Amino acid sequence: MHLLTSEKLAVFRGERLVLSGISLVLKPGGMVVLRGANGAGKSTLLRALAGLTPLAAGQLLWNGAPALADRAAHAQRLAWLGHQDAVKPALTAAEHVPVSALALVGLERFAALPARMLSAGQKRRLALARVAASGRALWLLDEPTTGLDAESVARFETLCATHRAGGGMIVASTHLPLTARDVQEIRL
Amino acid sequence: MKALIARDLMLTLRQGADSVAALVFFLIAGSLFAFAVGPSPALLAHLAAGVVWVCALLAALLPLDRLFAPDFEDGTLDLLLLSGLPAYEVALAKTIAHWLTTGLPLLIAAPLLAVMLRLPQGEMALLIASLIPGTAIFSLLGTLAASVTLGARRASILMPLITLPLMIPALIFGSAAAASPHPAAPLYMLGAIFCAALPLAPLGAGAALRAAGE
Repeated sequence: MHLLTSEKLAVFRGERLVLSGISLVLKPGGMVVLRGANGAGKSTLLRALAGLTPLAAGQLLWNGAPALADRAAHAQRLAWLGHQDAVKPALTAAEHVPVSALALVGLERFAALPARMLSAGQKRRLALARVAASGRALWLLDEPTTGLDAESVARFETLCATHRAGGGMIVASTHLPLTARDVQEIRL
Repeated sequence: MKALIARDLMLTLRQGADSVAALVFFLIAGSLFAFAVGPSPALLAHLAAGVVWVCALLAALLPLDRLFAPDFEDGTLDLLLLSGLPAYEVALAKTIAHWLTTGLPLLIAAPLLAVMLRLPQGEMALLIASLIPGTAIFSLLGTLAASVTLGARRASILMPLITLPLMIPALIFGSAAAASPHPAAPLYMLGAIFCAALPLAPLGAGAALRAAGE
């Protein structure tokens, strides 16, 4: 079981201090939802937690040890879903993720279809399937429900619940109300 | 790293317009010299090695602006940086993929252009021998330039401005190795440039990718 702790994080984007004094504790099975207006720094915080954007101050701890001391090891702990879906139009859905994972998001019928034929929502589901199939402890999700229909949002919430039930942790930014229980909200 | 190279090769095979365009450009641009300077066999033979080298250099530049840009735009670059591979290995994998999809086809097509330009038979082996490290240097330095200009406005204009001056030493020693009566020294110099670029260019490109990913 793991523990993610951030202590007074501060992050610059360019010359601008986007975030400061961000502290959170994420226990096994925990979920943090980041709320805030556009440009509040939700994506920046997620990128900082992933180690993509450097910290200007504060520290990120994994089980009490500096998480970013070994970036490669930290990368192996997390599954990332950014603004973009990271879907290649020329590859089929099954070439992105295993067919078993496609079934988790209801895309198994489209396994052999080139991703360029998928709709925006289906591409998002494909990206979610990649996260679900990763087997990583920490999911960092930037607006995961963008473009999803109600049924797919429900499926996403089931995926999150299953992940958390297994001791997984989730940090997600979203504008949508979620039905998930025991969610810690951080307003930026 | 092998998986990344394999994925890039698969993408190139499925949408191979860039590689084919580079190859066609190489042959057409080389042929233009014959039209411009005239059909004199002696003159063409004299110019052949240099022309093949210049055309290979320019052709290798063509696909570079799409080397990282699609991954940057669709979010794949973040996944690559979070794949657990060090950024320089990501850059090296991209370099190898670029060489396999652009450098190697140019290497295979080079004898064809050389024959069209009446390169003396005795110089053909030297031309190929010089282009093997030469095209690899193009890929290494090209990857560096592509990563440095990633996300920049007017990247497609910036990139040749950065890349071409860096490639001048390789061009000098490469074409000299192919045409000189004493090819050993320029070949050694070319090898030295390759040996220097092999560790340094991916390191620099990796740092640039990290900066772009921020």
